[in-house]
Amino acid sequence: MFKTFIAGILLGIAAAAAALYFVPVVDQFREHSFIVVHANQGNTESFHVNVPMDRIMVGAPAQNNPIPAGLDWPDDEQFADTRAELFKLRNGKDAVVGIASRISASDDDSGDIIEWVLHLPARGSAYIGMRPEAAQGGHRMGELKSGTREFAALRGQVSERWVADQSGSDSAAAGRIEILTAFVGTEVESE
Amino acid sequence: MKYLISLLVGMLVGVAAFLALLYYNPLTSHNKLSPLSVTDNDLFTLNYSAVAADSLIYTNDGESRVAPYPAKVLQLWERPIRRSSIVATLLSDSRNQLVGLGIKLSSDSESTKPLNGELNMDSVWHIYLPGQGSLFIEQQENYWGYLRDIVIPAYWSSGDNWRGIWNGHITSGPGALGTSKVIGGSGRFGGLVTDGVESLAAKAFSVEHGPVAMTAEVMIELPRLGSEASPDP
Repeated sequence: MFKTFIAGILLGIAAAAAALYFVPVVDQFREHSFIVVHANQGNTESFHVNVPMDRIMVGAPAQNNPIPAGLDWPDDEQFADTRAELFKLRNGKDAVVGIASRISASDDDSGDIIEWVLHLPARGSAYIGMRPEAAQGGHRMGELKSGTREFAALRGQVSERWVADQSGSDSAAAGRIEILTAFVGTEVESE
Repeated sequence: MKYLISLLVGMLVGVAAFLALLYYNPLTSHNKLSPLSVTDNDLFTLNYSAVAADSLIYTNDGESRVAPYPAKVLQLWERPIRRSSIVATLLSDSRNQLVGLGIKLSSDSESTKPLNGELNMDSVWHIYLPGQGSLFIEQQENYWGYLRDIVIPAYWSSGDNWRGIWNGHITSGPGALGTSKVIGGSGRFGGLVTDGVESLAAKAFSVEHGPVAMTAEVMIELPRLGSEASPDP
């Protein structure tokens, strides 16, 4: 019986080690990616934010109804021209796939800044700098400045635009912020 | 029958012994020395409180130990973001002067390997410092030391809390020396590519509320002209 006990201990150690080795501790849930592949022009992918339901935070000076309620945004002078927003990010099928931050600011040293960080837990993050001036059609163009994991080896353009809801339904969103990415692998670019 | 019971008891003892070995494994003790402590370059630090109620907002799936703040903030309950958290906080410099705003987006990392003492988070910082510019920080964080030295002792404590002094850097990559990758976006940081390290200084932790007294520091190296960030592994 003692030998069985010793065998059980060894078996328990082996089972615990095997479980920790083979069973993933973290397995992020993945929604399908809707990526359009263009001939010799990289890939495009569309994301959007439904406003107001996907707004997590709108940080800006002198708000009567801050989002979220109870947000204590600093009234420090240096943040007078700063607006920081946090959103849930959706894919082309309206499923939440990530979270995003958008900072727009202006100061004498940096000029006008509009930046996005898109964070998709199962894929990685993208750091995007937008040009302050809007292009035709209400688009604002920008570029991928840096990325992590899946976005690390990509370069390319990003556009954002506001699309107002036309349905007239009371339950519909006021509109959506559309973000269209057009990325190409850096290996392709260097060829 | 007695052999079966003996085997099962043995297996339970084996699992317990393995977990004890994992917990006390000296090879996975965290290194308290920052990889930037030996650099010749200038460093600047950004400090913030790691207590959720001290931030502008903190949110997660709403079911974790640390409660979202403020109470009515939108929670991250959808499956793809359920294991993520957001903190937006004010940042101060080494003289405790308010210098900017930081947003940290974090998710549990699929590279987590408890066998190796790796309890990883993939996180990015989006930072704006008025009058200076913007930064993006990519990092992998390892909370194994934090779990082992603070969280588990808090559970073992009869008062369900931990008090003491714990300092440790949590950044474990992607830099070869365990540093984060810092990208300058605009202003005086435009074009900057350098290294950083984030560290925690904990004094009190509650099983019910999470960190009670804890500050964090993001240290960023400002390379001299002509120098490069540490290469990726």
